[in-house]
Amino acid sequence: MKVGLFIPCYIDQFYPKVAIATLKLLEKVGCDVDYPLQQTCCGQPMANSGYEHLTGGCNDNFVSNFAGYDYIVSPSGSCTLHIKHHLHGTNETAATEIRSRIYELTEFLTDVLKISSLEATFPYKVGLHQSCHGQRGLHLAQMSELVAPPYSKPVQLLNLVKDLELIQLDRRDECCGFGGTFCVTEEAVSAKMGKDRVADHLRHGVHYITGVDVSCLMHLEGILKRANSNVQVKHIAEILTATI
Amino acid sequence: MNQPTLDHAHAAIEFNKNEPRVNWHDETLWFVRTKRDRAVAQIPEWEQLREAASQIKNHVLSNMHDLLVQFEENAKRNGITVHWAADGAEHNAIIHGLIQKAGATRMVKSKSMLTEECHLNDYLTKHGIEVIDSDLGERIVQMRKEPPSHIVMPAIHLTKADVGDTFHEHLGTEKGATDPQYLTEAARQHLRDTFLTRKVALTGVNFAIAETGGFVVCTNEGNADMGAHLADVHIAAMGFEKIIPRAEHLGVFLRLLARSATGQPITTFSSHFHKPRPGQEMHIVIVDNGRSRQLGRPDFRNSLKCIRCAACMNTCPVYRRSGGHSYHSAVAGPIGSILAPNLDMKQNADLPFASTLCGSCSNVCPVKIDIHDQLYKWRQVLMQEGYGPAAKTVSMKAMATVLESPRLYRMAGKVGRGVLRFAPVTVENRFNPWYNQREMPEPPAESFRDWYINNKKA
Ligand code: SF4
Repeated sequence: MKVGLFIPCYIDQFYPKVAIATLKLLEKVGCDVDYPLQQTCCGQPMANSGYEHLTGGCNDNFVSNFAGYDYIVSPSGSCTLHIKHHLHGTNETAATEIRSRIYELTEFLTDVLKISSLEATFPYKVGLHQSCHGQRGLHLAQMSELVAPPYSKPVQLLNLVKDLELIQLDRRDECCGFGGTFCVTEEAVSAKMGKDRVADHLRHGVHYITGVDVSCLMHLEGILKRANSNVQVKHIAEILTATI
Repeated sequence: MNQPTLDHAHAAIEFNKNEPRVNWHDETLWFVRTKRDRAVAQIPEWEQLREAASQIKNHVLSNMHDLLVQFEENAKRNGITVHWAADGAEHNAIIHGLIQKAGATRMVKSKSMLTEECHLNDYLTKHGIEVIDSDLGERIVQMRKEPPSHIVMPAIHLTKADVGDTFHEHLGTEKGATDPQYLTEAARQHLRDTFLTRKVALTGVNFAIAETGGFVVCTNEGNADMGAHLADVHIAAMGFEKIIPRAEHLGVFLRLLARSATGQPITTFSSHFHKPRPGQEMHIVIVDNGRSRQLGRPDFRNSLKCIRCAACMNTCPVYRRSGGHSYHSAVAGPIGSILAPNLDMKQNADLPFASTLCGSCSNVCPVKIDIHDQLYKWRQVLMQEGYGPAAKTVSMKAMATVLESPRLYRMAGKVGRGVLRFAPVTVENRFNPWYNQREMPEPPAESFRDWYINNKKA
């Protein structure tokens, strides 16, 4: 099974450790992983700002990097969702293939690989931030608004980690306010939402905040650091590969 | 009303200057959202109900003309006079005409967001008609000369102390009094007198039934009934999308509406009006005001399914932290941000951006409107039609040029791991708004790609 690893631009530039953990994790569970070297960005920052019509070049670049893989996997719910919904291209057949073969990391591990054990240990209190695009967009977990039985793919995986204590939040799936360019165009609301989200985790005494989307975590990290908190953020891939 | 219009982001900055108040606003609305969750969880077939409502509304959208004609025929047969208004101005003129014909100079109104949309109060006041809003929340904001900030709870942005001050000023209650019982009693006395002395009463319409030619008005205070039952002339104003095909469909909508709105099983009053009582005149004004334009936009027509329950506002994390007035439109929140650009693209181009696209609104919507997807689509339409700030368009083009070229992207990345530098805002603002309340991520020494080449590539 040939897996193409898609590392979104800001993870490539700012959080290489998340990409490394993702790669390590996928290899550990037996995938043959390839990282196409000419990849850049999924085009989401432009599209969510209303400039989807400028994303043609990004799309074609994405298609030429990722055509032909059995699966494309990414440690970002939001970028995965964008590709799944909005990738088109000069080669529309290849784009369509990609749209149906791209997976966010945790859904790939639970739905495709059906992982039931992991060698990981993380003896800390952890709060899970359910990123909206992953949860509501990719259905990684049941949503609090719907009347339906609960499930959560990230929680399923975190439960496999030895000694990890997952805390319950007061608002289990409220948005953190990152929202792409929203984080700067609507700075006041965005920062307030982030502060409130962080406070929920802190109330429950977490050591770490985790999630499936580095963008949300970057936002929460920025707020934690500004408040001089020693609570840290870690992408779920880093926790699923943690050993002591 | 008389306030200068700030765009959403700037109005939100103002709103957020008082953080304890934002917390209070957020928690109050979250409390309603939680109540809604508890109420809907008791209906095992909730999701099927939503689906049924959505399908009925699909049918309505596809058969709008026929259903409205059917309604008109049946309403006329019942003795109701039916008027058609192409826009807000016509709506206002028709209502003014009816008041004049009745020889009245005063009118009592129950809550109707349509009349807010058409600015009826301003219009009538200018023409010398005194209008009293009889919904308590609406009356409070009316006294303060403010527009409602929420479609179900118009004064939700005000605290008990604010209401106490307002009543002290306008109704002569004791200074500093905040006891809800005392204040409500004062409002009751004041409104009772209003009900008894008005010859003309206006109500909104929640559902108009094509099959019967009757309509239903839902309130929790019974104020619509008191107004309508005591007046000689009852005028009902409705946007044309309020039509439903048959009376039996009410069961679906009434179950969804109150639970979604406030977590109640049903509104305290669901009043059915079918014909004028002897000696009374009953009129219904059916308004378009941009609705047929929206019906003709395939991407946005779904927004006309809205039953105005406000669940999308209560759940919206942005609405809760920016307040209804920041949306500078009669209908605030996620649904308002879809409806408003249809009325005026230039004025409301900011609203579809007042969202993180988290999707919670679409999930709570009892008629399954794809709200957050429509917000995304409006963004595309508005920017393509040129309603975006020029600087943003320039920086987006630059960003696209960099990101579509692996070579330029890597160069840019190397320059201080500077991807964020290409974010449009650094062009639009002198200061980086990210840094205002947040630290920047620490740039690592090498990108993942560099690491990969150094460590993995043979
Ligand atoms: S869009 Fe849906 S949730 Fe929002 S007010 Fe209308 S019916 Fe209610």
